[in-house]
Amino acid sequence: MAPRTLYGKIWQAHLVREAPGQPALIYIDRHFIHEGTSPQAFAGLKAAGRKVRRPDLTFAMMDHSVPTRDRHLPILDETAKAQFDVLWQNARETGIRLFDMHSRNQGIVHVVGPELGITQPGQTIVCGDSHTSTHGALGALAFGIGTSEIEHVLATQCLQQFRSRTMLVRVDGKRPSGITAKDIILAIIGKIGIAGGTGHVIEYGGEAIRALSMEGRMTVCNMSIEAGARAGMVPPDQTTVAYLEGKPFVPRGNNFQAAADRWLSFVSDPNAQFDTVVELDAARIAPQVTWGTNPGMVTDVTARVPDPGQFADPVLRSGAEKALEYMALRPGTPIVDIPVDRVFIGSCTNSRIEDLRAAARVVAGKKVSRTIKQALVVPGSRVVKVQAEQEGLDRIFTEAGFEWRDAGCSMCIGMNDDILPPGERSASTSNRNFEGRQGRGSRTHLVSPLMAAAAAIAGHFVDIRDWNVDGNE
Amino acid sequence: MQPFDKHTGLVAPIDRVNVDTDQMIPKQFCKLLTREGYGKLLFFDWRYLDGGAPNPEFILNWPRYRGASVLIARDNFGCGSSREHAPWGVLDYGFRVVIAPSYADIFYNNCFKNGILPITLAPDQVDELFRRTEAKEGYQLSADLMNQTVSDGNGLLFRFEIDPFRKEILLKGLDDIGMSLQHEAKISAFEKSHPATAEMFEPVDLYKVEN
Repeated sequence: MAPRTLYGKIWQAHLVREAPGQPALIYIDRHFIHEGTSPQAFAGLKAAGRKVRRPDLTFAMMDHSVPTRDRHLPILDETAKAQFDVLWQNARETGIRLFDMHSRNQGIVHVVGPELGITQPGQTIVCGDSHTSTHGALGALAFGIGTSEIEHVLATQCLQQFRSRTMLVRVDGKRPSGITAKDIILAIIGKIGIAGGTGHVIEYGGEAIRALSMEGRMTVCNMSIEAGARAGMVPPDQTTVAYLEGKPFVPRGNNFQAAADRWLSFVSDPNAQFDTVVELDAARIAPQVTWGTNPGMVTDVTARVPDPGQFADPVLRSGAEKALEYMALRPGTPIVDIPVDRVFIGSCTNSRIEDLRAAARVVAGKKVSRTIKQALVVPGSRVVKVQAEQEGLDRIFTEAGFEWRDAGCSMCIGMNDDILPPGERSASTSNRNFEGRQGRGSRTHLVSPLMAAAAAIAGHFVDIRDWNVDGNE
Repeated sequence: MQPFDKHTGLVAPIDRVNVDTDQMIPKQFCKLLTREGYGKLLFFDWRYLDGGAPNPEFILNWPRYRGASVLIARDNFGCGSSREHAPWGVLDYGFRVVIAPSYADIFYNNCFKNGILPITLAPDQVDELFRRTEAKEGYQLSADLMNQTVSDGNGLLFRFEIDPFRKEILLKGLDDIGMSLQHEAKISAFEKSHPATAEMFEPVDLYKVEN
């Protein structure tokens, strides 16, 4: 047999039906749903008189609109409350396991899936959320779908899919101190552009990827969609196996060994062919800061805001002009001179325990700058929150002047009341700096947790490498 | 889903690359429970001023583009979030056809689930459509899915490529869930032999918490 990629192996292992000229029918092992994109799918299902085929493989989470404080109080946002009620009702009627906002395992679906071991190598995973690519860090094929496809998966536990092209992104070399998984993925997006991965599934490889912890790999895979790729994945290895051992949904004892052996078979064969190969040298990556209105508009912290005139392509030039106007930035401004109003540490990209530990190392013993209006830390899950509190991280943050919140998507998307006000500028560990993403008229700069924490202390961006903080993540 | 065969209508241009789905339908409207009613919310932040009045500078608010049903756009249209609210908004506004040099995958896929025809043309062909749209008020285009053509009745005729399966689905307005359910026997057989579903491990210790 010809050498196969990891993607090819998972695809093959999930083929229910193949016919010439038609999309394949592939089986879905795990289906995550949340309050934001699922109500219409259940309504459609009911209208057609159809049932949920495998409620046991479907997991519901409240994350997008949940309040991050005073959760014991009634929800004042009536539209959000209606969504919570509908999800609760749908889960109850169909027997789907729901982690509601009061569950001690609640959190952002892409944090909780791996954390509970629901996500495992070799699986196919979908969710009505584009950052489902996160789960690929465990060697699963995971991607975001629309609401019509949610309905399709609820009804059939399958999805009609055309085969994707494959891209190998190899990050060789050793990651310097202060450079995190976030900087790696931002550098990749800066290199290939936000449509560079369109039509592809990315496999990440190379020394710098293999050296990442599982949480770092999740950060990288999370933002695959920001490069246009629906899925990103890292081949499972001993790091993956060690991470999964003992997780609640993971088999134990002899069953664990058997599962681990099977998981480790989901790696690309030597000499497997990829449609596209991209190479980066981790040693040359600097801390990254976005300056524009998409994640590809990114540069080194040591650089300056670019001059749109430098872009030869008229479409790119006009895009950069519009972005700088929206961001209220002047070409040539050093990145480190950009002042910040608010800092957000959280989101499915960077809200795991290692992210919080890294940020806490920067913050410990310091104070948030008086020019900062708000500095928020929002753990990705309640399990992360409890762990952080056991380690005393919450006190480090609050003593420095950060607010310590409950788990959810929060200011990454601003569907609850954690909103970046018009005209204000954030240093944010989230994944999208689109116009209005964190709130209408708001201005987002994407950075790593180390860089966000440092910006909170300094009141503007700084080169974290000058602070002599050891940055594992 | 409503079938798509042919459509002729007024063209409106969005001359911007990388238009993301957050821009089409901002997050605060992703809290609704319906698939309908998103037309008035489409491009909300660009379309309305802070007080809620229409922004006269936004192109869809120009009187000459009122009633448009063909949208021409630039590269990577529909990038970002998977929200299907974006194509719901496009359709509910009145657009049946989108024409661009390239699309983001999820948005492209979502269009077909909603009876919207997303046509891909070469960049210079899209440039030509922008020129003609801007030059002539009331400029109309016809899209013919069966024959895979775009024409303006004034000498312009472009052929476009589309996957034959997707074409068929759209032409007939087929229910793809119903189609997949016809393979019930295969799905059931697969489930019996597939390890990842056969071994569903119930949580041994859900952090010692029932939820």
